[in-house]
Amino acid sequence: MAQENVEFPITGKITSVNVSQGSKVEEGDILCLLESMKMENPILAPVSGTVTKLELSVGQVVEVGNLVAIIEY
Amino acid sequence: MLGFFETGVGSLTWGSIVMLIIGGVLLYLGIAKKMEPLLLVPIGFGVILVNLPLGGLMACIVHGEVVEAYAIGGEPAGLISRIFRYGLAWEIIPCLIFLGLGAMTDFGPLIANPKTLILGAGAQFGVYFAFFIALLLGFSIQEACSIGIIGGADGPTTIYLTNRLAPHFIGATAVAAYTYMALVPIIQPPVIKLLTTKKEREIYMKPQLRPVSKTEKILFPVVAAIIIILLVPKSAPLIGMFMFGNLLFVCGVTDRLADTAANAFMNILTILLGLCVGCFMSAESFLKPESLLVFALGVIAFAASTAFGVTLAKFMNLFLKEKINPMIGAAGVSAVPMAARVVQKMGQQANPRNFLLMHAMGPNIAGVIGTATAAGIFLGMVG
Repeated sequence: MAQENVEFPITGKITSVNVSQGSKVEEGDILCLLESMKMENPILAPVSGTVTKLELSVGQVVEVGNLVAIIEY
Repeated sequence: MLGFFETGVGSLTWGSIVMLIIGGVLLYLGIAKKMEPLLLVPIGFGVILVNLPLGGLMACIVHGEVVEAYAIGGEPAGLISRIFRYGLAWEIIPCLIFLGLGAMTDFGPLIANPKTLILGAGAQFGVYFAFFIALLLGFSIQEACSIGIIGGADGPTTIYLTNRLAPHFIGATAVAAYTYMALVPIIQPPVIKLLTTKKEREIYMKPQLRPVSKTEKILFPVVAAIIIILLVPKSAPLIGMFMFGNLLFVCGVTDRLADTAANAFMNILTILLGLCVGCFMSAESFLKPESLLVFALGVIAFAASTAFGVTLAKFMNLFLKEKINPMIGAAGVSAVPMAARVVQKMGQQANPRNFLLMHAMGPNIAGVIGTATAAGIFLGMVG
């Protein structure tokens, strides 16, 4: 199975985590919401598959390049 | 009978009733739909206040007599007409808003990718496009400048320029500029879609921009102010305040001043400006064919700016090895950060891997500089 590492494209604070480890996601589903530059930015799933790794919590501050999730497809 | 006429009820006209409804709609959009509430709530309430007859908020004294409507040559005698005269007509509030904007603006994305400066300039073609259409329709050159600048989607700049060149249009152009800023998410997407293929919208841009050093960030506002004001001297009030505000923000030793400029001070100015703009939408001055035409031309100006930005980005792609997503050209209008947000959203829709926000911020910020500079060029031309 191929897997894809999803990384944060901007620095910000997580305001909600919408999926958890083991969730099935479709391409374009919202993985989590990130507050950055006074805006809420959704981070979307780039592929359809299963989330095999996701370790995020609300309020966590993340940097560019940090891991959002690993999706297996 | 006398008692009846002393209340405002007898003086209500159809026009004022229409405007009261418009005020209500603006409030609804701001409060229930959360569309630019910081602008629409003060504007909407201002519209309601000024269209209640005999309130005298905009009263002016002309040749010793009190008139209800604002008179450019008269002595202001009402609450809002005074705020307007000394705050807006004297061109203080729009420039100070630029100070606050500067203190909120991160030039990082622009410094990291200076190519995007061209996109911010490109979108200003829409301003000139609408300027020529207005001229063809028989508006005077001064009026045409004020109408064209709406295309930049920059409220303070529009107010500043209109007040100088065509003060009788200030209500219509200000409201048009602020309305279109709020309507960015509705006006831009169809224009962008029309000019790009699905494949172009899917173009992926790497998220990481190069890191920008503190020295660069400090030098930018100083150098930019010197260059722009030397080239376009009449842009000094707007660009000067904008860059000064930014210097307070980035220099690292005036955080207290930057914080006040970006928050408390900006909020005060927004309240005053919003109320003034709303109060300029009285039935007599707003429900006129001329004003409605200004409104219509404004949306053309704005759509044209979007179109020119996108087209220029596509043109740049002919020469670039690493292609840019042409949608970021649409962010070359100066509605910060609304335009960048629209591009971000459409980018994610086209390709969930894409995250164009920071890439779009570059042209977006360049657009602010571009519109203020275009205003300076107009002033130098006819002011």
